[in-house]
Amino acid sequence: MNGSNTVKTEDLVPAELVARCRAALGEGGRMQFMYAWFPEGPMAPELRYVLHPGRARPPRIWRCRPGDVPPPSLASTAPLLSWYERETTDLCGVVFRDQPLPQSLVLLPGSRSDRPPLVPGPMAHLSYTPSPQDLPELAGTTPEDVQLLPFGPIRADVLESAQFAFLYAGEAILHYHPQLFFKHRGMEQRFEGLAPMLATVLAERVSGIGSVAHALAYCHAVEAAADCEVPRRATWLRVLLAELERIYNHLHYLGHLCHTTTLKVGEAQGKYLEESAKQINSRVSGSRLLRGLIMPGGLRREPQLAGLVAGLARLENEFQRYADRLAATTSHLDRLMTTGILGRQLAFDQGATGPVERASGLDRDSRRDQSYGAYAELPLSIAIGESCDAYARQQVRIAELFNSIAIIRAVLAGLPEGRLRTECRPPPRSEGLGWAETPRGTAYYAVHLDADGRLARVKIKSPSFSNWRVFPYTVHDSNMMDYAINEASFGLTVAGCAR
Amino acid sequence: MTLKATLPWTLFGLAQGRVTTRWRGKGTEPGQAAFLGMPRFDPNRCTDGCRECADACLPGAIRLVPGGDRERLSVDYGRCVVCQMCVEACPTGAFTPSNDWAFGSGTREDLVWTRAATSPQGVALKREIRRVFGRSFHIRHVDAGSCNGCESELQALNNPYYNLHRLGVFFTASPRFADLLLVTGPVTYAMRGPLLEAFEAMPEPRFVMAAGTCAVSGGTNGGGYACGNGLENVLPVDMYLPGCPPNPPAIIHALLMLLQRVPQRVRGGQLDSRGSSAGEPYA
Repeated sequence: MNGSNTVKTEDLVPAELVARCRAALGEGGRMQFMYAWFPEGPMAPELRYVLHPGRARPPRIWRCRPGDVPPPSLASTAPLLSWYERETTDLCGVVFRDQPLPQSLVLLPGSRSDRPPLVPGPMAHLSYTPSPQDLPELAGTTPEDVQLLPFGPIRADVLESAQFAFLYAGEAILHYHPQLFFKHRGMEQRFEGLAPMLATVLAERVSGIGSVAHALAYCHAVEAAADCEVPRRATWLRVLLAELERIYNHLHYLGHLCHTTTLKVGEAQGKYLEESAKQINSRVSGSRLLRGLIMPGGLRREPQLAGLVAGLARLENEFQRYADRLAATTSHLDRLMTTGILGRQLAFDQGATGPVERASGLDRDSRRDQSYGAYAELPLSIAIGESCDAYARQQVRIAELFNSIAIIRAVLAGLPEGRLRTECRPPPRSEGLGWAETPRGTAYYAVHLDADGRLARVKIKSPSFSNWRVFPYTVHDSNMMDYAINEASFGLTVAGCAR
Repeated sequence: MTLKATLPWTLFGLAQGRVTTRWRGKGTEPGQAAFLGMPRFDPNRCTDGCRECADACLPGAIRLVPGGDRERLSVDYGRCVVCQMCVEACPTGAFTPSNDWAFGSGTREDLVWTRAATSPQGVALKREIRRVFGRSFHIRHVDAGSCNGCESELQALNNPYYNLHRLGVFFTASPRFADLLLVTGPVTYAMRGPLLEAFEAMPEPRFVMAAGTCAVSGGTNGGGYACGNGLENVLPVDMYLPGCPPNPPAIIHALLMLLQRVPQRVRGGQLDSRGSSAGEPYA
């Protein structure tokens, strides 16, 4: 399905890494993520780097065994890799030479683990004594004018737990530091030892509002490992589920964005439309978050499609009126325009993905560029923004929402007959890479199976891990009044980031 | 904002009409058509030596336990994540899909299936609770490591469809003003401290609700190096609500139950079917 045969794996020695990374970037490539695992026991980590050599080309994997010498950090060459390296240090115990910011990332300051949790062996024991964050010294200001506002981890309203530190003077934010890993659940480790089929239930629960896309990326990886071909009908229905997920997420996004610009009726309408979409989900799948249908090899059962055409037509009609109203509301638009500028180069260097990246002018969407499932046969159009601000991020999502409805309509019109699933049993010691475009950007799953055909290592690269890394760059030197709007315009989830 | 800017939205909102649904309180709330709740269990259909359902249950809600001369199945809905895997794995139809979602329970034991399920004669109203909190009940929500699925449904409570405010229930920012600590997630090592601090900051009398299967028992995500098993051994719980995630009317039902405004419907892992059509698919 993912063209598993086209993902090339290449062995590199540590000394080559920096030069090869530089060369790949020079040729228009892009690093995606890296991780470590232990195929030869706890003393011999193996590093994997996943990159795209260029647009519309299949991903490539670099495999590297560092041996006794610490591998070089690539953070100065491809900055987005910095977080992955720090996570690998925290969880796998691999230290990188010349990592510019060697502090722990995923394990909070003040936590101690008796052993790196993802190294094979007994369960790690974590202890934790809260300790203050490392905040930068601010130069060039009179210290007494700068105030520290710590916020969280329990925040007002019904929100995910995360802690933010603002260093500010008056209305101006000088520095912003998010601590996003209070919710780290060790999800990757929870996959280990499970049968690939059953672990789909877990993949649906990594990021609840991305259940479909996470299950898809996971199943793509398992299917790549098993080298199995999913029946056409299932690939079409998977697209339908994935686009239903995009619809309810984007509607929530717009409702929440209106909340931050204090457009009360706009908020109510956005959240009402989200509720309508979730009720459609429930009729289609039995789950308001569209869980419980996707499995490796296809789908578990037929979704209920009766009434979906009419339901979508009504939703589209109401959404059109809502979008028109938003487009005519200057008080709302004024708050979005020029807020939270994310330049194109910055978006690329730090690894922005999804609508955030596209709103900064980067024309990339895995549904088209590393096409999977039935997307190549469907009327997919990729929305690109130019203004790099909160307004562009809103506009990209509005355009995507209309396109999702059009795609679902095309699925229903041309849905092929046939089987729903095929046998999918990845052989022992096999591995696979899978991806899917969530409403927030590209999610990747890398799976490795052990000698018994059970999961030995699952790496999850979630889009919010990427976009949370980018987000603070748009907050430094902005102002307090715009913060909530800017954060809402990114549409982030902590659960996906912290895992 | 000028009138010119606000008037179109006012008219737009008025033109939408009222979308809030009536709260019937009988598990037949509108908008939940085809929603799959906890699978129903009928042990009479089990065959000896079969363990297909237990093998297909990731969170361990279905287990084989020694009982008499042979093993029997133990079904704990406090661990169920409604993935429906047991329904598909069972060769004899002992597990069947249902609309049963009103699984809020004041006791952990009532989420475990027992043969001797008895219908309650209605919960005795504690007038004091109703008098004090009946129309003004304030919730402090704490995410202790959820997947954000529960938050998605909690946020839906304030959409115009459910409009929680009309029932006199509100979310509040400060634990000092809160009557209920509503917890989601399996409780990560880092959220345990802040969670306990929030509880300590609340004035008495105070209630605790474990919302979602993770908070009830850990679910699929609990355990491991970073998580506990929900509120077990962390806080005293007044209301358990499994579900993955619980749908908004299930949350409303559990909240009203806490306020003695509706009776508990689950006993011995089964819904009391009197006065409701739960289980029959909604038209």
